[in-house]
Amino acid sequence: MSSLRLINIDKSFGKTAVLKNINLEVEEGEFVVFVGPSGCGKSTMLRIIAGLEDATSGTIEIADQVVNDVPPAKRGIGMVFQSYALFPHLNVRDNLALGLKQSKEDKQLIDERVKESSRILHLDPYLERFPAQLSGGQRQRVAIGRAIARHPKLFLFDEPLSNLDAALRMSTRVEIANLHRQIDTTMIYVTHDQIEAMTLADRIVVLRDGVVEQVGTPMELYNNPVNQFVAGFLGLPSMNFLPAEQIGSKQGATAGIRPEHLVFGESGPIDATVVYVEQLGGDTNVIVKLAAGAELTARLFGQHKYSVGDKVKVAVDEDNIYLFDADGKRIR
Amino acid sequence: MQKVRRSPFNLFAVHAILITYTAIALFPVVVILINSFKSRKAIFRDPLGLPDAESFSLVGYSTVFEQGDFFGYFQNSMIVTVGSLFFILLFGAMAAFALAEYRFRGNTLLGLYLALGIMIPIRIGTVAILELMVATGLVNTLTALILVYTAQGLPLAVFILTEFMRQVSDDLKNAGRVEGLSEYVIFFRLVLPIVRPALATVAVFNMITIWNDLWFPLILSPSEETKTLTLGSQVFIGQFVTDWNAVLSALSMAILPVLVLYVLFSRQLIRGITAGAVK
Repeated sequence: MSSLRLINIDKSFGKTAVLKNINLEVEEGEFVVFVGPSGCGKSTMLRIIAGLEDATSGTIEIADQVVNDVPPAKRGIGMVFQSYALFPHLNVRDNLALGLKQSKEDKQLIDERVKESSRILHLDPYLERFPAQLSGGQRQRVAIGRAIARHPKLFLFDEPLSNLDAALRMSTRVEIANLHRQIDTTMIYVTHDQIEAMTLADRIVVLRDGVVEQVGTPMELYNNPVNQFVAGFLGLPSMNFLPAEQIGSKQGATAGIRPEHLVFGESGPIDATVVYVEQLGGDTNVIVKLAAGAELTARLFGQHKYSVGDKVKVAVDEDNIYLFDADGKRIR
Repeated sequence: MQKVRRSPFNLFAVHAILITYTAIALFPVVVILINSFKSRKAIFRDPLGLPDAESFSLVGYSTVFEQGDFFGYFQNSMIVTVGSLFFILLFGAMAAFALAEYRFRGNTLLGLYLALGIMIPIRIGTVAILELMVATGLVNTLTALILVYTAQGLPLAVFILTEFMRQVSDDLKNAGRVEGLSEYVIFFRLVLPIVRPALATVAVFNMITIWNDLWFPLILSPSEETKTLTLGSQVFIGQFVTDWNAVLSALSMAILPVLVLYVLFSRQLIRGITAGAVK
């Protein structure tokens, strides 16, 4: 059974087309991440799935039922927002219970559900507090708890970690991953952060300018990008692009090399000069300038003592060079 | 909340300007207050002097309470002001919510149309309004005043509130929709508390104009039962003789309720109850 199916979705605001012919099928229990630069339409897509925005054309199915005309509250979704969006006049307990109360559920069931989400997200000490009395991380847990309490068929996350600081982001990310394992519900997650996408997703959907560029598992996308955009978007530091003839490859094409695939040594076909060194402790990022002119970032594991001006020889395995044509399409 | 370092001179200049302005603004009020406690002779002999044992007199206040139905006027003013404010805020906020929240054809045009009233003084239409009130039998009722003041206050209210409503987080409203709240609940329980400072601003602006207005009470409801305080005070101002004691006493008392309302609203201006709803 498919959990979510988008068929030929188009969306435009006035004359601006935001989403163009989106087709996607999500299996039950899958964790799918929409990723792309800001303005690519990923949040709009999520809001269309939630019913907060109407699609200009196309069909949305949740659990094999067409929901185009179903209001958000009846679609069986739980949604977590970037700014938490807790109800300021209600305490944590009532925030968790509100959706169930609105759908006129049995009082006993509401109590059970509140207890359950409170247990899963460790909210017990805060149940009587108001949102204003919680820290950012606690608020986001309440927001997730509110979504869980309704036992939705589909979880929607709209950049839930962007307002948190780096340490909290990491731990909340792990919590979301654990949550997915525990409750095994389909999750759709929107982010512009590729690390969140790579670590959480079963499948990643890469969007650009309202078009799906590629869909696949994180490693498929990393190892086998269909075009230059996907190749450059995933990976940190991002992939190096240079005219292919500078490394003796196919004339007229663009070559892409991941920073970790550049090897420095005594012997190597390419001469280069070190122009910048970043010591990160675990890794060392070295930026080198080729004799032919292009600048490349190399990621070396461990600590290396290079300094600006050093002459190095660089080698790349032929299999690790990606070639792209003038339109950015991958040449295989 | 970074504390900006200021030079002592700047600090002094800022306070000097503010204190001067406060003094200028308070001066007439103070003059009215002190003179309302003086005898008629003392008012003219030394208008700026404080009342002393010799010049102290409550004759103005006793005149006000004896002549005419001061408490009745007071009540009328209160009903008109509070009633008008209620409708201005309710309808203004509803219109503003619709303009800010929903995308529909003609949204911008409708917003402009509603704001047009800011530029056109409602008094231009006085004759037409009077004819309308006569036709509907609303002359000499407080309803007439409430309706006119609501119409007068709405354009600015819609204009100001629309801007504030646009700033309310979409996430919060959308969270309400996902949890199954109706648009009314979203409006009353989520959005209105957040724009409370803006509501207070609009209320203060309108309150003072309505409370002090002489024009419409005089034209639309000059009967004894429906006189407002400002209109009621006019009985003491004659063509040839003016009972200054009574006028000043009436004005002094008229300040009080506005002051109370203002204090109530200005507390709302400051209170940040919504902190924590959204980051």
